[in-house]
Amino acid sequence: MNTAIAEFDDVSFRYQAITALDGICLRLPAGQVTALLGPIGAGKTTLIKLLLGLQEPHSGHLRVLSGNPRSLAVRKRMGAMLQISGVPGTLTVTELVDLFASFYPNPHRTTQAIEMAQADELRHRRFDKLSGGERQRTLLALALVGRPDLLVLDEPGNGLDPASRHALGEIILAQAAAGVSIVLCTHDLDEAARLADQVVIMNHGRILSSGTPDELRSSIPTRLIRCRTGLTMASLRGLPGSRHVDLRKDRAEILVTDAPRYLRALLAADPMIDDLELGGADLETAFMSLVDQGEEKAA
Amino acid sequence: MSLAQSIYRNPHWQLVQSQWLNLVRLPSYSLPTLLFPLMFYSFFGLVMIPGQSLWLLCTFATFGVLGTALFAFGVGVASERAQGWLLLLRASPAPVNAILAGKAISAMLFAAITIVAMSWLAALFGDVRLPIGAWVSLVLVLVAGTLPFCLLGLAIGLWLSPNAAPAVINLIYLPLGFLSGLWIPVPALPDALQTLATWLPPYHLAGLALHVTGALPGPWLVHLLVLLLYTLIFGFLAALGWRHFTGN
Repeated sequence: MNTAIAEFDDVSFRYQAITALDGICLRLPAGQVTALLGPIGAGKTTLIKLLLGLQEPHSGHLRVLSGNPRSLAVRKRMGAMLQISGVPGTLTVTELVDLFASFYPNPHRTTQAIEMAQADELRHRRFDKLSGGERQRTLLALALVGRPDLLVLDEPGNGLDPASRHALGEIILAQAAAGVSIVLCTHDLDEAARLADQVVIMNHGRILSSGTPDELRSSIPTRLIRCRTGLTMASLRGLPGSRHVDLRKDRAEILVTDAPRYLRALLAADPMIDDLELGGADLETAFMSLVDQGEEKAA
Repeated sequence: MSLAQSIYRNPHWQLVQSQWLNLVRLPSYSLPTLLFPLMFYSFFGLVMIPGQSLWLLCTFATFGVLGTALFAFGVGVASERAQGWLLLLRASPAPVNAILAGKAISAMLFAAITIVAMSWLAALFGDVRLPIGAWVSLVLVLVAGTLPFCLLGLAIGLWLSPNAAPAVINLIYLPLGFLSGLWIPVPALPDALQTLATWLPPYHLAGLALHVTGALPGPWLVHLLVLLLYTLIFGFLAALGWRHFTGN
C-alpha cells in the first residue's frame, strides 16, 4: 500500500504565457482514491493530461506506474474518462466497448465492462441516442474495459442529476474496493469528501493543501449559514470557526468550517435568530474566503 | 482463440471497422458523397454530352473520389477533434497510425464503391467497353489517388472548427472539381483556365485515369510526380496540424 502509483516532482506546465501548473510535487499512493479539487482553471485538467501522457511537463519529472506515461506500456495500464461531448455517434455501446477492448492486452469481456458501468440496458443503443447520464456510463465502460491499474476520471459527475451522480459514485467506490487506484477531478466538495481517501486542493496551478476529507473539512469552510440576526458584523466574526461574514441589514451569510460548533455559539449569542438555513458552500465561495483571509491578514 | 476472434480483437481491424460503420451510417456523409457524383455523371456524362461517356467517367469518378476523401477526413476529423473523441483515443493505447489509417481505408472503400457504381452506369447506359485490366486499373489508380486528398482533408480537419470545416471543404471541393476539368473536359475550357488546371492535383489524377483507360494516353509520369509532390505538401500540412492539435 506504500508504493506510489504516480509521482510528480516539481512539475510545471505552461500554455504560451499562462502557467497552468507551477512546481507541482505530488505523490499518489497506490490503491487509493485521490480527488483533485479546485475551481475551474485551477490546473486539474492539465495535471490529468500530464498523468495520461497527453502532454509533457515543461520542467520537472513525472513517473506514472513506475514509468513514463507517454510509453505504450504505461498507457496500457490506465483507463480514462475525460470531459468529452461525443464519440462517433452512430456506434452502439457494445461496438464502442469492443473497440476499446481491442487496445488492451488483457481486457474485461465487453459485457462485463458494460455491466460494471451499470449500462446493461444500453448495450445495443447508439451513442447519439443516449441521455447525458447514459453517455457518462458508456464512457466509464470505455475507461474500465482495459482492466486498468489506474483509473483517471475528469469531472465524471458533470451535467448529471443527483441520482445518476450517486450511482456513479457507487461504481467508483466499487472499483476502488477492487484495488484500482483512482484519480478523480472534481469541483464538488461533497463528491470529493464522499469518495476520496486523499483530497488535493488546487488553485492557480499550485497545490494549496492536501489531506484526508476530515482534515480538509477543518481547513476550509465547507458550510454556509444563512440567517436573520440582530448581531453586528464584529460579533458574528468573533464566534468560533467563522471564515467569512457577509451582512446586509439583518441578513447574514457566514462561511464556517465547523457548522455545529458555530451554530451553538450563534444560537446562544442571539436567541431571536430567524430564517436559519444551513447549506454546503460551493468551492468558488470557499476559495474566495481563503483569498479574503489572506488579504485581511496582509492589510 | 480462433482466427476470426483474433482478427476481431485486433485494434487495427477494430479502428477500420468502427470508422467504416460510422461513415456508412451517417446519411449526411454517405448519401451526398455517393449520389452526387453518380447523379452528375448521369446528367453530364450520359444524358447531356453524348459520345464522351468514357472521358467523363474518368473525370467524374475523380470528382467522387475527391469528395469521399475531403469530407471523410475534413468534416470527420474536425468534429471528432472538437468532441474530444480524438483526445480520448490518444489517452488510450490505441495505435495512432491506425486511427488515421482506419479513416483512410474507410474513405478508400467508399471511393471504390463510387467508382464501381459509376463504371456500371457507364457500361450499361454509356456503352463504355474496356478490357478487364483497364477497369481494374481505373479503380486502383483512383483509390490510391485518394491519398493526397485524405491528407488535405486531415490538415483542414485538424486546423478548422467543425462549423468552418464543411464550408471550407465545399469551397474547395466544387471549384477545384470544375477548375481541374472534372465537369467540363479541360480542352473545352478557356485558355487561361486550361493553364490553371495543370497546376491542380485532381487534373493530374484524372489524367492518370484517362491514361489507364486509354481515353487519353498522356504523360502519366508527370501526373504521378505532381501527385506525389502534392501528397508531400498536404502531408506536411497535416503533420503541422497534428502538432497544433496535440500541442507537442
